[in-house]
Amino acid sequence: MADHPMLVLRDLRKTFNPDTVMEKTALAGVDLTLNRGDFVTVIGGNGAGKSTMLNAIAGTFSVDNGGILLGGRDITHLPEHRRAAFLGRVFQDPMTGTAASMNIEENLALAFRRGQSRGLRWGISAKERALYREKLASLDLGLENRMGSKVGLLSGGQRQALTLLMATLKQPELLLLDEHTAALDPKTAEKVLRLTRHLIRENKLTALMVTHNMKDALALGNRTVMMHEGRIILDLNEEQKQHMTVEDLLAQFEKESGRELSNDRMLLT
Amino acid sequence: MNIAQLLNQLPGAVAQGLIWGIMAIGVYITFRILNIADLTVDGSFATGGAAAAILITSGVNPWLATLAAFLIGLLAGLVTGVFHTSMGIPAILAGILTQLALYSVNLRIQGIGTDLGSRANVPLSINKYKNMLVSLRNVGSFILENPIWLMLFITLVLIGLMYWFFGTEFGCGLRAVGANQQMARAQGINTGLADIVGLMISNGLVAFSGALMAQYQGFSDVSMGRGAIVIGLAAVIIGEVIFGRLFRNFALKMLAVTLGAIIYYLVIQVVLWLGLNTDDLKLLTALVVALFLAMPYWKSRIRTRKRKGGPAHG
Repeated sequence: MADHPMLVLRDLRKTFNPDTVMEKTALAGVDLTLNRGDFVTVIGGNGAGKSTMLNAIAGTFSVDNGGILLGGRDITHLPEHRRAAFLGRVFQDPMTGTAASMNIEENLALAFRRGQSRGLRWGISAKERALYREKLASLDLGLENRMGSKVGLLSGGQRQALTLLMATLKQPELLLLDEHTAALDPKTAEKVLRLTRHLIRENKLTALMVTHNMKDALALGNRTVMMHEGRIILDLNEEQKQHMTVEDLLAQFEKESGRELSNDRMLLT
Repeated sequence: MNIAQLLNQLPGAVAQGLIWGIMAIGVYITFRILNIADLTVDGSFATGGAAAAILITSGVNPWLATLAAFLIGLLAGLVTGVFHTSMGIPAILAGILTQLALYSVNLRIQGIGTDLGSRANVPLSINKYKNMLVSLRNVGSFILENPIWLMLFITLVLIGLMYWFFGTEFGCGLRAVGANQQMARAQGINTGLADIVGLMISNGLVAFSGALMAQYQGFSDVSMGRGAIVIGLAAVIIGEVIFGRLFRNFALKMLAVTLGAIIYYLVIQVVLWLGLNTDDLKLLTALVVALFLAMPYWKSRIRTRKRKGGPAHG
């Protein structure tokens, strides 16, 4: 493959509700380059622009300025559903990533066709079913025996695990994880995180993971970036991460931003 | 109140229910699968009737005329779909706009070949057009010409076709759009296109049903679709309430809608027989549908009250 970076964000800017009292600059010039295989954790205070950055990449809205290169192609002006061909996404709300009224195998079949044209062939084949069963079994949640159950019947943790599986079923060029364990209880969050790490490693994925957990941010991945007021103010490489404690990280934040880190969901331990 | 009189009316109610049942399947597609309340149907039902009537009176084979009505219904759905997706108009308003526009269009279609170029009513006598697909004249008999047999056949074929379509890759994508737009887009599904195609198929079926209705009753009228959406919703809801626990399969769910439409017309016959004035029918239907639409909301309120103090989400 070509040796261009996997993702390049160049001077991304976005202001919501411009020229109104609700005006909010969410991205104030984000520059970021991810190499193939990078697993980058993203931290920052409330409204720092972490989720906005992920949504800009996914194409939920169009940016005011700047460019997005994914795998060498310019996707800045591509509609969201076309970018989906290259992206795997897991959201904070476990309800968002799956279709509750459809069953488990139908959800997987939808994900299996991400980025392909959908024609008038039957929506799911017997051969796929075997693959899904095997993949579900690897989650160790017993879902392989409930493939015909509606996803709405699953718990939040199960739905997040399923969403992760769906996001990686067809190898994405970039995996976007937007605080995907924040709505789960600590034990389930731990499980989903372990699965995340496993899937990223096994499939050698490039990933961006927003997290509210400072410890996870340092423990996972090979890079950590910190955002503040719509900019990246700190970018730690693997070696720097290893020598960093949560206290160091907080001190760094204060130094770079000139204020204390405030995030009402932030977990420091 | 003569019971024989009522019994005499029942076959007609079944036939009407079957015809309206096709329109109700169209409503089911938008309301339940796409999660859109599409008010185009009041107009497109009459469009189907108008198109079929004008084609049949000019000598076109009734099968072809009915098929043409389906195609014109697709166009009506396309207009609403474009209003909604390309022009950003809320779905409910987009449907109302198309419905209003169709009133003029329907007058014009029915006026084709007349001096005025516009007409409110087209007579379709079975004596004159003997090869029409269905007619209320034969509804009381046991012969093969009884419209109930053909309507049953058409309904089953349509349910089969819809079952196939919504099981294909494209159809599954369409269902995903109705279930969760955000998820659908994340899986690479063009939600705008899905909405448009869904609205087209729905209105195609509605116009098809209107074409059959015009033949059945022996005329087409610009106002024949008034309140169609409410009758469609009534059929969907009756079907769900009675057969919801029993019918889980998608094809059976559509069958439940058809049965819902039949039951609706049977109940109407009974209340009319009991002495209700025909003029009060729409009021009664609207109230009953409102009541059933409120059920899930009331149920969820009772549930949250029982769980007061619990977490807001989880």
